[in-house]
Amino acid sequence: MLDNLHKMIKQTGKILAGLILIASATSCVHLKEYQKSRLNDSEMALTNRKVEKNELNFQSYEEAASGANAGKTGGGCGCN
Amino acid sequence: MKRKFLSILGFAFVCRMQAFSQTSSDSSLFKTKPVSLYTPVELDTANKTSYNPHRLRIDEIDFVSSYYSQTGDHSPVTGGIGTQQVTDFSNGINLNMVWLNDANNKNTLTAGLGYDHHSSASAAYVALNGGAKTGGTRLYPSLDWTIENSKTGGTFGIGASYSGEFNYKSKELDLHWSKKTDDKNGEFGLKLQGYFDRVTMILPSEFVPATPVSQPGTTVITTASGNTEVLSSGGQVISNSKNSLPTSERNTFTAAFSYTQQINSRLQVMFLGDLVEQNGYLGLPFHRVYFNTGKDTIEKLPSSRFKLPVGMRLNYFLGDNIILRAYYRYYMDSWGIRSNTAGLEMPVKITPFFSISPFYRYYDQTAARYFAPYEVHSPTDEYYTSNYEYSDFQSSFYGIGFRLAPPNGVFGWQNLHDLEIRYGHYAQTTDLVSDVVSISLGFK
Repeated sequence: MLDNLHKMIKQTGKILAGLILIASATSCVHLKEYQKSRLNDSEMALTNRKVEKNELNFQSYEEAASGANAGKTGGGCGCN
Repeated sequence: MKRKFLSILGFAFVCRMQAFSQTSSDSSLFKTKPVSLYTPVELDTANKTSYNPHRLRIDEIDFVSSYYSQTGDHSPVTGGIGTQQVTDFSNGINLNMVWLNDANNKNTLTAGLGYDHHSSASAAYVALNGGAKTGGTRLYPSLDWTIENSKTGGTFGIGASYSGEFNYKSKELDLHWSKKTDDKNGEFGLKLQGYFDRVTMILPSEFVPATPVSQPGTTVITTASGNTEVLSSGGQVISNSKNSLPTSERNTFTAAFSYTQQINSRLQVMFLGDLVEQNGYLGLPFHRVYFNTGKDTIEKLPSSRFKLPVGMRLNYFLGDNIILRAYYRYYMDSWGIRSNTAGLEMPVKITPFFSISPFYRYYDQTAARYFAPYEVHSPTDEYYTSNYEYSDFQSSFYGIGFRLAPPNGVFGWQNLHDLEIRYGHYAQTTDLVSDVVSISLGFK
């Protein structure tokens, strides 16, 4: 059990390092509010769409993986 | 003479106008309305509170409705074989109310209510003869309060929700916090959640303990849901009683971290990572497992599970009309499951207020070390399940969405500011196939 946990933490560390590398490789520009018109477009929101809410529920019932998508990670049976 | 007379008359008129302009508004001169074709807009000066940002007001009402239909041949109720046909009709409403407090911090109160009705063909086989109830409903209210400090760019909130259906009750509490970076181009977020669930122990009918016959010549029938009927030798119901079934607890604790960064005027990214710990009864009591001996039993899973999903969202505005919405998640847990999820959605703006969004999502997972198909598990196994949710499979989900948000309201209805319709088709390599169509309406 502890070995598995240790392996999981090591794998996660590698993935996080990769993600941080991608982020740091992309140069960030300091943006003024008037430069954010495209970023503030409703389609650019870094969230799930409202219309996706029930889709995410169905996926969490049929697949073992969940989380890291601002969706639910517990609650509700989904029994079938 | 005529010129002098007109000059004096003009001067007198100008003096009168001047005097008129300096008369106070409560002067009797104002009590008679001037004759004019123009009718001035009368301001409601008596009711000075008609717009008061400190007063609670409804900001937005969202309504989401979905119809889901599924088929498959690996139901866990029948040990990994048998129909998985499900239909579900879900409806949810969210009411967002806002106000400013004395320190001018924005408060948002969101009250939600959801109602699902589903029909599951495999539920009939909780009773061995296929006679159990197949329909069910779920009700799920929620409440969230968030306070936002516009000066510091920080938010703090608390929430609670409940989900209740016949065999499963869930209570949830959460705390969430976020803070913008000094340059307002980045934001950290943290959400702590606790789910406190109760699973009703509905056993397959062959495992329901038989009720002893108290009177000779009578028959006792006990259903999986706890109803006991005593029948006479002629088949007439002598007595009918409802026994409460025992329940088992299941707890889930989540810490969800996020960081958002605006990279440039077209690109923004979000990193997500959750730590999830579950304990308690993590199987379902009516899921059968058939051993390689041909005998059946109830699935048995460990009483704890640790999940670790990490993900990334990346949204890019390509040109003037196309947006790329990308998502990737890697998932691992202590039951041996490893999974990848990758999604791409591409909204195309046909006009500034109408967009079409095709999307594709790929998903794969390895099997949990406790999974085996029908009649493969050995009675000597410590844990066993034939639920294909824990099997090795890949899935694809694709479809299209439409969004309409014109400034004068959808179809000219000013209050309906946003309409979305979305259809998706889902297929697993386990042969599970489903379709879902959803509609979302946003009212202001």
